[in-house]
Amino acid sequence: MAKLIKNRDIVANDWKILTLATGESPEAAKLPWGNVLVPLAVWQARKWDLVQRQWEQGHLLGVWLGPQDDPAAIAGDLADLSAIAVDFPVAGDGRGYSLATLLRTRYGYRGELRAIGAIERDYLHFLRRAGFNSFAVSDPESAIVNLDAFSASYQPAADGPLPLSRRPPALAA
Amino acid sequence: MYNYTDTDRQIVRERVAQFRDQTHRHLAGELSADQFRPLRLQNGLYLEKHNPMLRIAIPYGQLSAVQLRALARVTRNYDRGVGHFSTRHNLQLNWVRLEQVPDILADLAQVDMHAIQSSGSCIRIVTTDPLAGVAPGEVADPRPWAEIFRQWSTLHPEFAALPRKFKVAFSGGPDDAASVRTHDLGFELTRDAAGEPGFRVWVGGGLGRTPILAKVVREFLPWRDLLSYAEAVLRTYNLHGRRDNLYKSRIKILVQALGIEEFTRQTEAEWSHLQGGPLTLGEAEAARVAENFAAPDYDVLSGLDVSFEFSRRFDKDFAAWVKRNTHAHRQPGYAAVTLSLKAPGQAPGDATAEQMEIAADLAERFSFGELRSTQTQNLILPDVRKRDLYKLWQAAAKAHLATATAGLLSDIVACPGGDYCSLANARSLPLAAAIQNRFGDRSELDDIGTLRLNISGCVNACGHHHVGAIGILGVDKGGQERYQITLGGSTGPRAAIGSVIGPSVAAAEVPEVVARVIGHYRSCRHPKEAFIDTVKRIGAKNFAAAAYAKEIPTIDYEREVANG
Repeated sequence: MAKLIKNRDIVANDWKILTLATGESPEAAKLPWGNVLVPLAVWQARKWDLVQRQWEQGHLLGVWLGPQDDPAAIAGDLADLSAIAVDFPVAGDGRGYSLATLLRTRYGYRGELRAIGAIERDYLHFLRRAGFNSFAVSDPESAIVNLDAFSASYQPAADGPLPLSRRPPALAA
Repeated sequence: MYNYTDTDRQIVRERVAQFRDQTHRHLAGELSADQFRPLRLQNGLYLEKHNPMLRIAIPYGQLSAVQLRALARVTRNYDRGVGHFSTRHNLQLNWVRLEQVPDILADLAQVDMHAIQSSGSCIRIVTTDPLAGVAPGEVADPRPWAEIFRQWSTLHPEFAALPRKFKVAFSGGPDDAASVRTHDLGFELTRDAAGEPGFRVWVGGGLGRTPILAKVVREFLPWRDLLSYAEAVLRTYNLHGRRDNLYKSRIKILVQALGIEEFTRQTEAEWSHLQGGPLTLGEAEAARVAENFAAPDYDVLSGLDVSFEFSRRFDKDFAAWVKRNTHAHRQPGYAAVTLSLKAPGQAPGDATAEQMEIAADLAERFSFGELRSTQTQNLILPDVRKRDLYKLWQAAAKAHLATATAGLLSDIVACPGGDYCSLANARSLPLAAAIQNRFGDRSELDDIGTLRLNISGCVNACGHHHVGAIGILGVDKGGQERYQITLGGSTGPRAAIGSVIGPSVAAAEVPEVVARVIGHYRSCRHPKEAFIDTVKRIGAKNFAAAAYAKEIPTIDYEREVANG
């Protein structure tokens, strides 16, 4: 089973990601067995079914957002979700950073927030600071050091609300 | 100028270590060219025609003599001994070797310099007026705000992969010497009725392929809200800017597509969540940064210096230099001085390692050890006693740093062009030399007066041709280098994008076309009317007949207007 970085540990990735084929309806899409991250459209179409499945079968449920999805759409559902993933379909599409920031700082989401898709180790530091705590990156064993490429930062972000210049000196370092 | 703290230094050192690791992995084949590309660009490294080009950041143009000496050292040790000062507070080295770049960055880190965010789809180096803090007319010194913005935008995690580059400028007042109107985001210092400083905020300006002047997104932003408002603008852009087409991905296109009213509505809606939040600036923080920019220890002098007036009266060459290359200063008895990088035979903005060292020496002798780099590709000594100007001029002249043409036609702004840049359609530098050659006579230049001439080697417009009173754009016409002429561009409060006056011409014809344009100006101008004012009064098209007086094939008249 593939591995990922979660809360600074390397753990087995025991989640499946449901992707809709072109033209496939969210209502009809077949759910895989086990923990599953579903697209926003599936969640919106089948909330009750999905929550019930989680309850009855003990399989964990999460939603994954694409870069065009508005996180406000799940702002009222956060308590029902065991994980949220944000997809980076191509390297260089940085919308996911804003999605993560909004989920953490505006909607108060505190659970697992996973970066999926075109994730490379050189961006882990930015991803962590934008609010992700879970990273589906290849070769997580060597990538994990990149979480801490910088030991200080100038601006508040989802990982800490105070700007460098306004923290007490002991914390600023 | 801003004094680095231990934390500033630590961040720069960690960036060097990070880039060293990335470069090693790339050279070892672990990072593909495509993976390495955005990483190196965000550290100012281009892979160009002949060699990698490294763009070193000089945030808001401030340089110490110590830093300039370090730039001279890396220019000598890692390049061919010549650096190129760009139009955006950068020094570009055109002949570095990829495997040595981490060492260059490590050397620069020793003097608190770096190449962070000097390229790439991120918030670029913040720019400001090169006379900030000494210009008599400014509302307030923009440098502390530029520094606060530099810190906030450095390695910002949310805005690390914007749709496209994002350029920010701060102007000290309505004179708009930093050209906020041609930036993605611009902050113009102003005061409210109670005298509290704040900003008029401009958004959506830019040159490049589709030149557009910025619009006002907020008439008055209190200074405390600078960063939270910037975050609202950037988030709106990051989420909604186009990513499907590289040529339509700047914020100017988003602003144009939504209309400024709708863009403003979205930004203000976003800001309503952020206003008063953790990004709100406090007095202590603003004061802590501002004290770095306190005025140096000026002598108390009379505005009139007898020895200076004497020299000016009896040395015509000195007088000519004073007229063009010195600038009014808020402190009596002082002047700001342009050290020209436009000596005949030298590419605009180029400086040899020796010249950099001499400029550093001059800064220490005459200007409290500080310099500025300018948007017109020169250096400035901001704080020189008038009584020292004669000595300074003599020393600068020996190093070919005293060409008395600041602001004149031969003070040409030019990108490196086809000689170096792999994007360019045509060369810029030989053309600049040919024009400087054609207008070598000082009395003629003086008679022509203030005139900004800009050359770009392609539509990316690094030479800012759109805002040159005369703009020259290199285009590729069936494999041949051709040049399009625009007239009437300007920056500042009357900013305008120049208009194309006709068909493109061959390189050899450009100096003559310029000469005919100048001839038309001289025959049409009102007394004391500057070139740009004549163009604005009678219109750019009015110059077409004169410019093309000679028989020129008109077959390419219908060519696509490359800035359209």
